[in-house]
Amino acid sequence: MAKVIFSSELQLLTGEDHAMVSATNYRDLVAELLSRYENLSEGEIMKMAVAIDGVVIPDPLLESVSSSSEVHFLYRISGG
Amino acid sequence: MAKTHVTTSINGEATEFLCEPNETLLAVLRNELQLTGTKEGCGSGDCGACSVTMNGRLVCSCLVLGVEAEGAEIGTVEGISNKENLHVIQEKFLEHAALQCGICTPGLIVSTKALLEENPDPTEEEIRYYLAGNLCRCTGYDKIIRAVMDSAVVMRGDA
Amino acid sequence: MSEAREYKYIGQRTIRPDGFDKVTGRADFGADLSLPGMIWGKILRSPHAHARINKIDTSKAEAHPDVMAVVTHQDFPAVTAGGFAVGEGQVDFKDLSKNVLADDKVLYHGHPIAAIAAKTEAAAEAALSLIDVDFEVLKPVLDIAEAMKPDAPLLHADLFTQGLAEQPEKASNIASRMELKKGDIEAGFAAAEVIVERDFSTPTVHQGYIEPHATTVRYEADGQSMVWCSTQGHFDVRAIISTLLSMDLSKLKVIASEIGGGFGAKTTVYLEPVALMLSKKSGRPVKMAMTREEVFRASGPGSATRSRVKIGARKDGTITAMKAELNYAAGAFKGSPMAPGCMTAFTPYDVENMYVEGYDVVVNKPKAAAYRAPGAPQAEFAAEMVINELADELGIDPIEFRLQNAAKEGTQTIYGPKLKVVGLVECLEAAKNSPQYKQALAENQGRGLASGFWFNIGGQSSVVINMKPDGTGTIIEGSPDIGGSRASMQMMAAEELGIDISRLTPVVADTEHIAYSATTGGSRTTFATGMAVIEAAQDVVRQLKERAAAVWNVTAEQVEWEDGVATNVASGEKLSATEICQSAEKTGGQVSGRANINARGAGPSFAVHLCDVEVDKETGKTDVVRYTAIQDAGKAIHPSYVEGQYQGGAAQGIGWALNEEYIYSEDGVMENAGFLDYRIPLSSDLPMIETVIVEVPNSFHPFGVRGVGETGIIPPLAAVATAVSDAIGVHMGDLPCSPPKVLKAIQDAS
Ligand code: FES
Ligand code: FES
Repeated sequence: MAKVIFSSELQLLTGEDHAMVSATNYRDLVAELLSRYENLSEGEIMKMAVAIDGVVIPDPLLESVSSSSEVHFLYRISGG
Repeated sequence: MAKTHVTTSINGEATEFLCEPNETLLAVLRNELQLTGTKEGCGSGDCGACSVTMNGRLVCSCLVLGVEAEGAEIGTVEGISNKENLHVIQEKFLEHAALQCGICTPGLIVSTKALLEENPDPTEEEIRYYLAGNLCRCTGYDKIIRAVMDSAVVMRGDA
Repeated sequence: MSEAREYKYIGQRTIRPDGFDKVTGRADFGADLSLPGMIWGKILRSPHAHARINKIDTSKAEAHPDVMAVVTHQDFPAVTAGGFAVGEGQVDFKDLSKNVLADDKVLYHGHPIAAIAAKTEAAAEAALSLIDVDFEVLKPVLDIAEAMKPDAPLLHADLFTQGLAEQPEKASNIASRMELKKGDIEAGFAAAEVIVERDFSTPTVHQGYIEPHATTVRYEADGQSMVWCSTQGHFDVRAIISTLLSMDLSKLKVIASEIGGGFGAKTTVYLEPVALMLSKKSGRPVKMAMTREEVFRASGPGSATRSRVKIGARKDGTITAMKAELNYAAGAFKGSPMAPGCMTAFTPYDVENMYVEGYDVVVNKPKAAAYRAPGAPQAEFAAEMVINELADELGIDPIEFRLQNAAKEGTQTIYGPKLKVVGLVECLEAAKNSPQYKQALAENQGRGLASGFWFNIGGQSSVVINMKPDGTGTIIEGSPDIGGSRASMQMMAAEELGIDISRLTPVVADTEHIAYSATTGGSRTTFATGMAVIEAAQDVVRQLKERAAAVWNVTAEQVEWEDGVATNVASGEKLSATEICQSAEKTGGQVSGRANINARGAGPSFAVHLCDVEVDKETGKTDVVRYTAIQDAGKAIHPSYVEGQYQGGAAQGIGWALNEEYIYSEDGVMENAGFLDYRIPLSSDLPMIETVIVEVPNSFHPFGVRGVGETGIIPPLAAVATAVSDAIGVHMGDLPCSPPKVLKAIQDAS
């Protein structure tokens, strides 16, 4: 199962610092999280970037997630 | 306001224009004559983007009135290269990558030419002080100073 | 990643393709386009830093014969709250629409209230005085700490702090709070033997591009409207205007002019929607350009900060805990770069226990815009200052101290993922070996060193390469070129195609001629658009091989491509790119390559800067006497322009550290809104800036590119302030280290 690590911001909504999720892609993983945590809104999560195994993906949707993956949601970084 | 008729020479070409008495030479060059190579960065004499020569003297065209061009010889960036080739200073700016965005470049090239005509063998410090009126926000000046030093060598014929 | 690959073009110092136009004055920048029948727009700006607008009376202005259109906020369609991500991150359209033209309140001195279009610039300017505005003047709040107080004057009655455990009931100037944690901060400090804790502040600064914001537009009621402007991202300008003016994307063509510097502040809009509305009302093309004073008072600036940093270490030099509170001034509307500040502050360190808390605070200043590595210079300044002081207390060389705790591959960041391969250690080693580090200091001199980290980003880029019948090609991209990126696109395409750079012309196309490309920012262009160029070039090569294969009646697999020439493996026959293109009409038509990507795997770039200063103890004036900027480029495509980014970043950071600041009167009026008084570094202020390009390749880019534009502005703040502190023996935690402040510090100490 993939390990999803929540930022302190998301911890306010999930109440825990990580979750084990079985999903094969990002979309399914998010769907699973949304069904698990009722305070978590789709809008909240969709505006964040994701890092799967250390690679930051600015606009994720169908990215594959493996059973050993580490997934972080993070603030969308822009720049100057 | 009645416009004033001005007869002048720009880059060696006899030119006439009409301008308001309070219109700057910079505005005339850019808006009346479409010579937009001369840039406006501040309009207050602080940035040098509008540098031109007037009777051989380096001036900020934003601080000169259009009517003052009457009977004068004006030199702008458009007149630096001849029809065939770039001027050495222009070549050296490119070779040394002395520009990033390039908005300061026309002013710097006009100023550099005026400097090297006045002082063909300037020290690094003399260059830095002469060009202190030409702001560049992109480069940190390093490559500009090197381009000017190298231009001086070539123009003196040392190279 | 083909590390062993020998490059033919990459790494050369070629002449940039847009160079000729730039040195001859032919390049057209934002203010350089005029159209037939064009009129001029000017903006009426708030004389107050904080006031309610009771009424705007434009009737006198409208009646004036010179005036051809007047617009206020009321002319724009209502924008609902919310926004969406456009390249640079989150844009709140409601806020943006109120920043472009104030609604019921003005929130900073210079806030636009109305705009007038007239036949000449002077006439438009003169007519502004005909607009009557009835204000109820309110007390402004400028300082972050003041704005955070519960009884502070409120900018927005509907702003409630986000990111708190409990939903607040009372509105406040604190827009949001962020918290990042790693390990156990209390245990970390308990394990420390030496702890340093300090307060810091950095002023409001401006990006200071030499080209003021400018635009020329033409509204077409039935056809397609045109916006020409100086921007880092014309596709995002299109998106913003289409929302603010409620127009279909297809009704808008945005052309990016040459851009005279942006540094982050040309990622948003100020004039463009207003100009378009003036054009709509007047039926004429409209040009608008800010004066330098307007640029200072109402565009940019970079956020002011107040922060507190505490770091603890064991005597052997192991850092055990790092803690920061970072408060950022967002200006009139929420959205300072507080979050990236929190994420970057401690990232150069591999430390078990960290805690960072950040606040985004609104104040009566212009809305902060991105400024080169937005948020990071302020945060890392505070962190690096404490690191230097701690190294000093421990009696450990600051480079050794950093090496001992340096972030590297596998380091768990505080903001999420573990780092991939990064080049911080290599930069530190290069600093140790630099001639400057070995040079002894003279009297009144001081030395400072600091590291910097910036993420870099990827994102969407689109590229088309069209081959011409003579075998030359045009590279069409959608990324405005601020610092010479067309040169690197040309080189990457040449490398991949195997044809000379002189045969390739890179062009930044308008929004109609290439698909969406994200804004130039986040140091993304050479990385992401470069990846698209490489992919498009590969697409061209694939097609050229197919054409050759067809001619030879073999399969494409039997054709090899090298140095721009196809070889029939079986027969040894050859066909050059030029020959294939010359007969393209016989083999299926012309050849175009294409790539539309959303690049990921951007590689962080670390930097280490070394600064030596000399302080005149009579006047407090500081001169930078030696400077070395070291940074990991991954791979330098065009080394001169990479060095240029390092030098330019260093110069901006030096200005930030030594001189630059917005000086405000008590009623919130900026008192130094010009280059004479807001002093950016002049050529006479700086020495040569030595550079070292470290190359630790980013495995996600075919050539190893990381992106270099932003990191260079981060280390100078602490490197310079540490050097000044070192020279005068007094800790300088409040920027800038301007002569009066340094002199006072010297006098207070003696
Ligand atoms: S525009 Fe003339 S000096 Fe700046
Ligand atoms: S190159 Fe941009 S201001 Fe000099």
